[in-house]
Amino acid sequence: MSTFTLISAALRRKKTRTFLTFSSVVFAFLIFGVLSMLQTAFSMGVDIANEDRLVVRHRVSLFQLLPQSYEADMEEIPGVVDAMHFTWFGGVYQDPANFFMQSPVEPAEYLDMYPEVSVPEAAKLRWIETRNGAIAGRALVERFGWEVGDRIPLQPTIWQQEGRGDEAWEFELVGIYESDVEGFDETQFLFRYDFFDEARSFGRGQIGWFAVRVSDPDRAPQVAAAIDDTFRNSAAETKSESEGAFAAGFANQVGNLGLIVTSILAAVFFTILLVAGNTMAQSVRERVGEIGLLKALGFTAARVQRLVLMESVALVTTAGFLGMVLAVGLERVLRPALAAYFPGLFLRPEDLLLGLGLAVVTGLVVGIFPARRAMRLETAMALRRL
Amino acid sequence: MGEPADGNGATAEAMVDVRSVSRTFHRGRTPVPVLKELSLRMEKGEFLALMGPSGSGKSTLLNLVAGLDRPTGGEVIVGGSPIHRLSERKLAAWRARNIGFVFQFSNLLGALSAERNVAVPLLLTAFSSRERRRRVDIALEIVGLSERGKHRPRELSGGEQQRVGIARALVNDPMLLVCDEPTGDLDRATSAEILDLLVALNRDHGKTILMVTHDPVAAERASRTLHLEDGRLAECGHDGTVVVPVHEPAGAAV
Repeated sequence: MSTFTLISAALRRKKTRTFLTFSSVVFAFLIFGVLSMLQTAFSMGVDIANEDRLVVRHRVSLFQLLPQSYEADMEEIPGVVDAMHFTWFGGVYQDPANFFMQSPVEPAEYLDMYPEVSVPEAAKLRWIETRNGAIAGRALVERFGWEVGDRIPLQPTIWQQEGRGDEAWEFELVGIYESDVEGFDETQFLFRYDFFDEARSFGRGQIGWFAVRVSDPDRAPQVAAAIDDTFRNSAAETKSESEGAFAAGFANQVGNLGLIVTSILAAVFFTILLVAGNTMAQSVRERVGEIGLLKALGFTAARVQRLVLMESVALVTTAGFLGMVLAVGLERVLRPALAAYFPGLFLRPEDLLLGLGLAVVTGLVVGIFPARRAMRLETAMALRRL
Repeated sequence: MGEPADGNGATAEAMVDVRSVSRTFHRGRTPVPVLKELSLRMEKGEFLALMGPSGSGKSTLLNLVAGLDRPTGGEVIVGGSPIHRLSERKLAAWRARNIGFVFQFSNLLGALSAERNVAVPLLLTAFSSRERRRRVDIALEIVGLSERGKHRPRELSGGEQQRVGIARALVNDPMLLVCDEPTGDLDRATSAEILDLLVALNRDHGKTILMVTHDPVAAERASRTLHLEDGRLAECGHDGTVVVPVHEPAGAAV
């Protein structure tokens, strides 16, 4: 027999009401967990963005092309260590629903620019030797059940081959890349730029955007400005920004996800405050006589206040913890299943801790007013309700 | 029976010594005096019944003696402690140690077994779990419910529930039992059982008992009965007639 026995007794007093309130809190925290995962997935590019990398694109939009010759010009700018380029290919694999990012790159430059990408040595050599060779991320390969050596046809939607009309581009999968960085995009399909540039029917020498490594991340804004200055008043002006800003801009094409998620969560938690708060207030109202009895037996006002507060915290915190545990369980199921679509879909430890902290704070906020009411009840008056 | 019922000539043995106590409530801005310079003396080991019509101030007096309320004026000394001077916190601790409450409705916690209900006051003590267990067993044995300790209140009869309430009042071995209409919700036969138990507690265990009741039959079982009306106390004979006016102006002893 302890104070917790009393708390447990109070919670079991109206089992159905407690169960319904408990379930609504569990569900609220499950929503919190899922939305946190989605936000992480959409902002993963921002979070894992490298501070010493810039992205340089056409000033008008990502889909306007830039001369590939800019690469050499940029490498002359003080503060720039290295540059390489990507181009949006936009091919269709079997079905338009099978969307994934495809781009021609220069293999050696790409691997230098992205040291977090790991490709077996044999695959690297094979990529350099094979003109139509391509590498793909682990998640993408698993999604389509590909194996090294497979021929991968991509139907062109932008880039047709010279003299071949709508005929599919055919690539040979020579390797699979992976990364130890949590949430790194393992859904890309990368092939050789020289093969692409020679075979395409238009736009030779034109690329989509550049990745640029700077020598000092603290000076990245100045280097970005210097790059843009270099190409100002040219036919293809540039817009340079950090990799993080570029990824954020890309993610925000869907909408301001942070704001959307925060708004939904605010609505969910406000509702929970009302639901659980009402339960606690009602519970204390019904137990005026019982609270008077405890006070008569010698429970001090402060102790009674603590009891009600602990009851509220126990209810909301336990439900919140369970909600977060369910969210973790859901993550275990969804993460492998959706890895090819949402490479960054996972519950970050900081979001988990935030959820648990929110559970405790919500419990306290919900309980504070009923607890104060219980504390202030006059014993003799309350006993008349027995 | 002990010493005279009231007065200010308190001796060291007095369990309850209420001296010229007033209690005024307020209805809006209008003062409503309920008790006016009332004095009461109860000896240790006494079983005192307090009767009177509704609104006469019986429960108010009971609350003052039990440390649940504070007088507007006068002194309340129980077991030698001037409880009218204690802070809220100290008064709560004093109640936990010294007062056992029996109410009209047992008001047990429905989710707890009988023995856990009895153990609730022990949460405020520093007793070991073994000592707590021992005290609960003794209290249940005294009220004759040793075999029913594991039962929930809804599995007990009204009389048994009231016995559990009495065991809860006894578990801290209080010096004073205050009973507010303890048989008010029970049928005649069950009332008699509860009154037998209270008499036994008074006679065999030496418990001092102050009982408020409307029931003359219940009052008959007490060793002394006082009648409260219009803020005045009078001693009653067992036939219910007032035999001695016991209230005098402050300072006068009977």
